[in-house]
Amino acid sequence: MEMPVPLDIVIKAVGANALLVDAAKDSFSEDTQERIWALAVQLRDMPGINETVPGMNNLLALYDPLALDHIALERALHLLWADPAIVPKAGKVVDIPVIYGGPRGEDLGLWARHCGLSREEAVQRHAHATYRVAALGAMPGFPYLSGLPPELAMDRRDVPRLAVAKGAVIIGGAQAGVMPTAAPSGWHVVGHADIALFDIERVPPALLAPGDRVRFSIAGLEDD
Amino acid sequence: MIEILSNGAANTVQDLGRFGHLDIGVSRCGAMDAAALTTGNALLGNAPSAAGLEIAIFPFRLRFLSDIDVAVTGADCAAALDGWRLPPFWAISARSGQELKLSPPIAGARAYVAFAGGIDVAEILGSRSTDLKSGFGGHKGRGLERGDRLGLAKIDGRCRKLPPGGLGALPLDFPPAGETTIDVRVTPGAEFDSFAQASIDHFFAAPWIVSVASNRMGYRLSGPLLTLKRQRELLSHGILSGTIQVPASGQPIIQLADANTCGGYPKIAHVIEPDLARLAQAPAGARIRFHAATIATALEAAAKSKAHLDDIRVTAALICG
Repeated sequence: MEMPVPLDIVIKAVGANALLVDAAKDSFSEDTQERIWALAVQLRDMPGINETVPGMNNLLALYDPLALDHIALERALHLLWADPAIVPKAGKVVDIPVIYGGPRGEDLGLWARHCGLSREEAVQRHAHATYRVAALGAMPGFPYLSGLPPELAMDRRDVPRLAVAKGAVIIGGAQAGVMPTAAPSGWHVVGHADIALFDIERVPPALLAPGDRVRFSIAGLEDD
Repeated sequence: MIEILSNGAANTVQDLGRFGHLDIGVSRCGAMDAAALTTGNALLGNAPSAAGLEIAIFPFRLRFLSDIDVAVTGADCAAALDGWRLPPFWAISARSGQELKLSPPIAGARAYVAFAGGIDVAEILGSRSTDLKSGFGGHKGRGLERGDRLGLAKIDGRCRKLPPGGLGALPLDFPPAGETTIDVRVTPGAEFDSFAQASIDHFFAAPWIVSVASNRMGYRLSGPLLTLKRQRELLSHGILSGTIQVPASGQPIIQLADANTCGGYPKIAHVIEPDLARLAQAPAGARIRFHAATIATALEAAAKSKAHLDDIRVTAALICG
């Protein structure tokens, strides 16, 4: 027998101007994320909503407390969640060639060993999966990618690096990503891509959007 | 036009922030002490959205290359126009060639310099604020350097005139001086109940010290260790200025204007919006104490702050015609 999808969400106040809708269960769910995107679209048209920030199986809704009472908003969120208007996101497919390993992929060996795989096997599996942009955030244009094969997951570093390069192809826990700009990060660096994920001169400035699919290809595999 | 005479990587052009782009990872930015910048703009009859300078590195000097009304608010930094000392929270007419000097603060940490019309830099994603982390907005996406020249927006057909000697405003909160403990009100965060009772007691009882590793992205606090009843893994979610996270180190971090838009650490509390201005004026080494507040208190405080700023705007308009 199939288990029904649990509908329950937890809603918590984030100060006096925002509510966090948390639909996360033990692990990230693609189905839940589709509902998060749908909720974001529905909220966009609600009077008093200033901004929505979809996260990983959660959504932050910023509202004007003079226009919208938080108790009324909470009730509305429960109603919207129970009756979602899901419009499947077609999304675009973006191919990202990656040079794995070498000085710009310094954690490749460590990561492969952690996964119990050879470097070549780990790279093959990473490049053969299809990833989906679940959300953008943390820094401009940074994609939180779902779809990392579970055997490739690796907990973040205990001590984050102060600077990880733009274009670094990274893994943090069960999530994959690519750095849009140089920034501190605790994720593991397994390769490098020449890609501008964010450009303030471009409209829109972020290359990727939630729902897009990302495919990595092997442009090279360098020695450690 | 003004010319900057001092280097200061943390001195930036700021307005009230960049709204509507958190969902592509673009931080809010904007003045850390929004009330102080808004007071300066109100004294000058500027739109609340006008951009000014946030000064965090002292001494700071600038030269006026045209006649212009200027207001200095925020930290008490013994502002002087050609050596003539201005009272705190003061607006005055400056003449071309005059020099404004801000000394290291006697009270507070950040001063704001507003100009009639506002700083004329390009709007990027709807704001003139500098995003230091990402390197865009403000003046060339960076802190101010000696020799930078900044244009001011034209003031069309205005016959507004400051009284001789200038015009001041009384802020709701004067920046705290010296050894004062800064009181900050907080509402509970999503994981508040997941913290051990002893940690919650410490959170409210302890004086927290603002560490030197604090900036516009966030303040790291040092004090007693805070622990969760059991460690929890959270998926990344949106965070806002004022969010107090507790990473595994057990030492809280208050996320501020330039904070990343998403994070995953447990949230013990949220600083109420009007009290972010008090935090903006807390230098490294300052003591902070947290007080429990409700959403209703937060809304009341925000309404009080807004009414006060509206009052300054209306009064200044009456006086200056």
